Amino acid sequence: MHIMSAATITLYEQLGGAGAVEAAVDRFYRKVLTDARVSRFFEGVDMDRQRAKQKGFLTMAFGGPHNYTGKDMRTGHAPLLKMGLDDSHVDAIIELLGATLREMGVAENLISQVAAIAESTRNDVLNR
Amino acid sequence: MSVVHFGAIRSDLQPGESALDGLLRNGASLAYACKAGTCGSCMVRAVSGPVPARAQVGLKDSWKARGYFLPCVCHPEGDLVAEAAGSDARVGAAIRSLKLLSADVLRVRLVCDTPLDFHAGQYLTVVRERSLARSYSIASLPGDVGENPEVELHIRRVANGRMSGWLFGNAGPGDRVEVQGPSGECFYVAGRQHMPMLLVGTGTGLAPLYAIARDALRSGHRAPVHLVHGATRPAGLYLRDELLATARSHANFQYTASVLEGGGDGCVTGPLEGLLATRFPNLEGWRGYVCGDPGLVKSLRMKLFLAGIGMPDLYSDSFLPSA
Repeated sequence: MHIMSAATITLYEQLGGAGAVEAAVDRFYRKVLTDARVSRFFEGVDMDRQRAKQKGFLTMAFGGPHNYTGKDMRTGHAPLLKMGLDDSHVDAIIELLGATLREMGVAENLISQVAAIAESTRNDVLNR
Repeated sequence: MSVVHFGAIRSDLQPGESALDGLLRNGASLAYACKAGTCGSCMVRAVSGPVPARAQVGLKDSWKARGYFLPCVCHPEGDLVAEAAGSDARVGAAIRSLKLLSADVLRVRLVCDTPLDFHAGQYLTVVRERSLARSYSIASLPGDVGENPEVELHIRRVANGRMSGWLFGNAGPGDRVEVQGPSGECFYVAGRQHMPMLLVGTGTGLAPLYAIARDALRSGHRAPVHLVHGATRPAGLYLRDELLATARSHANFQYTASVLEGGGDGCVTGPLEGLLATRFPNLEGWRGYVCGDPGLVKSLRMKLFLAGIGMPDLYSDSFLPSA
């Protein structure tokens, strides 16, 4: 008999998998669009494409299946670096991600894990 | 053994292999990016065969209803035949009638040689002399009258417009055209009848909205259905009597006409954005439909999204003008 221990349940499963991504993406997207610190980076972009990207990002940050590489992160954010993207904006995004999850009633220890995964992309995003 | 067909390509899927990987291995030309069911780049449409629910997670209801799925997360059980998204075919059609609805909007009713399978609110591309093509939304409902009902289109007069110039000036009943489609994902999907609906459009953006609203009412949608039609001046509004009559006959249907200048006579005066912000400050749990001028559609979509409508419940159709 197989007994599943807590350690075999991934972060992604604990958060609720694809359903949690779907539940989070609109909340998160609304936050970044209306946050004065980061909204300018999202102005004028195609909403459907941007939402799909946000789902990809959330899936990764939730510890789910993804194919992101450091190179993708660097090329994807290169135009934003020219617009002045820096550490303060990465801080804001991670903060808004946490606020989104908190609104959804996610436990703080899981939010910290998500924040840590998002944090791990910082140097790629900022091309350092 | 599962088999996936895409055009002329057949792929016998290996154990654990996705439909996308199998098709790519056999030389199919398909766009893809995340391969994880999130980005939607590889979306195709099922013609026949079982589509696993997992391959449609996150897609709009209207896409699901038309059989769209994501092959990158599709592991079919059995034979699945797919086609590229948006493949269309043309059929012949004859003009049945032409009638002015306002100085600049012409109602054109067509009868197609083959009955069209469409959802109210989708659009058709009308093709004349094989080379001139313009897209127009369908303002009528499927199955209105008879087995091959007339399809109603609302044509806006465009300065020096080749198609609209012909329709307004020279076309007559019996004239032949071809139609391609239907296409478009902006339509009513039955179910979830507790969700209020907000339909907003300008100009002939009213055509799909008029159809979608009636489709919802005919399907027994119980929650409120609000239709807001905007124009620069009252002369740009049309179908007012029909919409007011619909509002009288359906307790859950409400119609608002809005103009930028010269209101009165039941018309609200002022920008559409302001009207929506005042009347509909919180749209959480609603479905939204936005049709008309591309700039306005883009701005209103954003506003409705920020007011609480989830992106999967936000449908839109931008009318790109061409002469």
